[in-house]
Amino acid sequence: MHQLTIAEIIRGLRNREFSSVEITRQLLDRIEQRDGNYNSFITVTAEQALQQAGAADRRLAEGDAPALCGVPIAHKDIFCTSGVRTSCGSKMLDNFVPPYDAAVVENLQKAGAVSLGKTNMDEFAMGSSNETSYYGPVKNPWDTDRVSGGSSGGSAAAVAAQLVPGATATDTGGSIRQPAALTNTTGLKPTYGRVSRWGMVAFASSLDQAGPIARNAGDCAHLLSAMAGPDRRDSTNLQRDAGDFTADLNRSIEGLKIGVPKEYFGEGLNADTAARVQDALKEYEKLGAELVEISLPHTDLAVPAYYVIAPAEASANLSRFDGVRYGHRCENPADLRDLYMRSRGEGFGEEVKRRILVGTYALSAGYYDAYYNKAQQVRRLIKRDFVQAFEKVDVIMGPTAPSPAFGIGAKVADPVAMYLEDIYTIATNLAGLPGMSLPCGTVNNLPVGLQIIGNYLDEARILNVAHQYQQATDWHKASAA
Amino acid sequence: MAVDAQTVEKLAELARIAISEETVEEVSSRLGDVLQLVDRLQAVNTEGVPPMAHPLDAVQVLRPDEVTEPNRREEFLALAPQSEEGLYLVPKVID
Amino acid sequence: MEWEIVIGLEVHVQLATKSKLFSGAGTRFGAPPNTQACAVDLAMPGTLPVPNAEAFRYAAMFGLAMNAEIGRRSVFERKNYFYPDLPKGYQTTQLAEPIVGPGEIEIHLEDNSSRKVRLHHAHLEEDAGKSLHEAVFESGQGMSGIDLNRAGTPLIEIVSEPDMRSAAEAVAYLKKIHSIVTYLGISDGDMSQGSMRCDANVSVRLKGEKELGTRTELKNINSFRFVDKAIKVEAERQIDILEDGGSIVQETRLYDSDKNETRSMRSKEVANDYRYFPCPDLLPVELDENYIETLRSDMPELPDAKAARFREQYRLSAYDADQLTQELATAEFFETVAKQSGEPKLAANWMTGELAALLNREEISIEQSPVSAEHLAGLIARLKDGTISSKIAKQVFEAIADGEGDADTVIEKRGLKQVSDTGAIEKMVDEVIANSAKQVENYRNADESKRPKMMGYFVGQIMKASKGQANPQVINRILKEKLDALL
Repeated sequence: MHQLTIAEIIRGLRNREFSSVEITRQLLDRIEQRDGNYNSFITVTAEQALQQAGAADRRLAEGDAPALCGVPIAHKDIFCTSGVRTSCGSKMLDNFVPPYDAAVVENLQKAGAVSLGKTNMDEFAMGSSNETSYYGPVKNPWDTDRVSGGSSGGSAAAVAAQLVPGATATDTGGSIRQPAALTNTTGLKPTYGRVSRWGMVAFASSLDQAGPIARNAGDCAHLLSAMAGPDRRDSTNLQRDAGDFTADLNRSIEGLKIGVPKEYFGEGLNADTAARVQDALKEYEKLGAELVEISLPHTDLAVPAYYVIAPAEASANLSRFDGVRYGHRCENPADLRDLYMRSRGEGFGEEVKRRILVGTYALSAGYYDAYYNKAQQVRRLIKRDFVQAFEKVDVIMGPTAPSPAFGIGAKVADPVAMYLEDIYTIATNLAGLPGMSLPCGTVNNLPVGLQIIGNYLDEARILNVAHQYQQATDWHKASAA
Repeated sequence: MAVDAQTVEKLAELARIAISEETVEEVSSRLGDVLQLVDRLQAVNTEGVPPMAHPLDAVQVLRPDEVTEPNRREEFLALAPQSEEGLYLVPKVID
Repeated sequence: MEWEIVIGLEVHVQLATKSKLFSGAGTRFGAPPNTQACAVDLAMPGTLPVPNAEAFRYAAMFGLAMNAEIGRRSVFERKNYFYPDLPKGYQTTQLAEPIVGPGEIEIHLEDNSSRKVRLHHAHLEEDAGKSLHEAVFESGQGMSGIDLNRAGTPLIEIVSEPDMRSAAEAVAYLKKIHSIVTYLGISDGDMSQGSMRCDANVSVRLKGEKELGTRTELKNINSFRFVDKAIKVEAERQIDILEDGGSIVQETRLYDSDKNETRSMRSKEVANDYRYFPCPDLLPVELDENYIETLRSDMPELPDAKAARFREQYRLSAYDADQLTQELATAEFFETVAKQSGEPKLAANWMTGELAALLNREEISIEQSPVSAEHLAGLIARLKDGTISSKIAKQVFEAIADGEGDADTVIEKRGLKQVSDTGAIEKMVDEVIANSAKQVENYRNADESKRPKMMGYFVGQIMKASKGQANPQVINRILKEKLDALL
């Protein structure tokens, strides 16, 4: 049963082929037996999951079942879950049990989904390898000596290892798409504002966006339909009804214009990765799409702009972790300053501290114009590149990550090398556009991801485009487990 | 661009993050690497380009003035490292 | 050397919204600690701000009252610093694009002169919580307690240009701000509860000098009286230093009202660097022309307009009109008395005289006055119809103030009704004439022109005999008849 997709589980539950309690119990057993190898969960909520599954079975029996009734999922540990520890991968929140749910958690609960627990992640979502987690790195199910990608490495690995059919995740600079690429899963970062950020621990507010990781585009569509929607508690939410993202999956993509940015195939891209992506583009041509070479001239500025904007926002967003109202507090503070300095010095890991310092620097007197303001101007140039491109093409395609999964520890000592992992994903966060990653082959038995970038609010289209590819290919069905 | 130890200490003070003597050098060197990366921005001509704080050019929706939040003091205070008599406790605040 | 004081004020006014600026928690004053601090106010992880529409309406109304430009677009920024009463580690405020732009108001001084003070801008921001330093806690010695009920309460910070030249002008400006916000009903303006707080930037320079001197910032001066005293004592301190050849350090100072001195606040180890940047959790707020025009047309009558109307409609002096319009409650009290009694001039006299003295003596506001507008109108009516004399009226006023009832009740109960009965007065006149042979003799022998003056003695005697209740006009008429008959 662990191999089933969300669409198959929905059907199976409704046809009484199995119950939610059965599949939930089986997946919980599987997590118990196997997750020691992957470290993809921080917290497993077995008892609560079985309760939710039981309730779902009753609703299914009564014929009162919402869309995802009884479907097991997992939440990235960045989403607040009432009564369940929400650590955000940090020692700072190791003891934090929020008395409220994130909007995403509420929405999936309303849709009837059953949560198995909370998945591992880079600390405060800062990382591209899941190695910054206080709870240790997530190991890639395809090769446990390699990273799962990050920051949603736990969600991606749990799906790849078939511990859960789908999971929630967040993406600030590639944190859904890059781990999806590295684990042969399908992940979607929606348009900024599509999914409410309420109750999602903030990293960089103007870039953070929640989305699903699952085994295929159709399942992502099911999850997104439940996750998205208006929420007045989030001022940056688009306040749009989610609608049904599965509705357009089967549309023909005959005549689709695919923009292929030349900047996405330049220096720094692994040759084998490039070849797999080119193969995928050829497949699209076979499906009737037309390839159009385009240029996104400011691409190489996306990483520098991002590493000003994201740390600047983070430096303020993480000031609330001060050891006063919740979270880690140092032992016997001598005075107020000591309380702050040590609680934060002890509670945050190295990468988080580094980004807070970078952000503090970028915003400090005398540097604001040269860094923060400049980066926000460059951000507009990057957005303009996309706006112009979308006047000519329907979607943009390229690699998700420059190379397949790297070894655990390989880039830990070199933050800049790590930052360049997100070179192809970061620009869409800066612009606020939706982006997907889907499996398009392997290199030395390591998965490669194809990235599809859509125009604003065009999630239904990129899901359709991805689904059509997955109808024609089997890459997404390849399993590490 | 290199970052000297003094700058790191100033930043650490502003951000209220203790950085041990032994690690200051490493932190400054890493910080220098990151700043070198972001310094690529300086080469771009952005004259006349308005800064973009939000990905979407949307306008704020305001909330009606209504009290919607009940008192949940005990639930919240239970999360606090130290509290007494309904107050959060911190080492003495001196003005 | 003649010195000139230069003052700019930063006034924080708490807006009287029901809920907070960015959350749906209540704002009631005096609630038990942390019972009005919700997840947003406590900066719980993942919580987000949503601005309160009413706070914007209030701030825009204030801007219109200050004849200021209203920011069609305003942007919240984060001001970063660590303090336990600031849960997010930043204050959400406005800097580059505030809701209220430059404006100007007129202040009125005691010598009847007036002066313009320019508004630099006013912005919306959230208040911080409170640190309780004095409490003693069982679980930790030397701890402070943090109450976050106030955290997130909407404030407007009103920043003036350095346009004031004396403590008196600063006080007049502050009073003007107070009357505007209370007229608009956007704040209770209660300085004792911290609803209105004032920081003063003070510098001195030689008269005629163009450059501003180095300023100090006086923090949190919480009454009109302390504003006056703090500015005076700080200006003296600065002048002393400069006259001794010293120089002023730009710093924040605290006014100690017990010692009537200002002192330097502990200097921070690292200079503040607030690292402002636009708050990414919030979008720009845009107010359209329609919204502002509707607000403008719905604006209540403001103090200056009301004073002008009082001068025109009730023929009041400029001074009386200013006095009676400083507070809305006073102005409304006056209009009730004026209309019910039909005697605006008398109403003004009584309010600036007896009533003001009573409120001052009892240290109460006009809302708490034991003499209501209806009471005063009734009293003036009896004065006007001759039931009582003005001398008796003062007695009646005090009796009303003591809770003896309205004017009619007091007059009735105390038997203070003025005697206009000719027969009774004739009898008193006859008695006084009979007992004043010498004065009558003098009157008869006096020159015609001196006689009216000499009548004063007789009137006084008659009033005395009547215990002040005889109608003076009737006395005069009868007395003159009788005395003239003796000629």
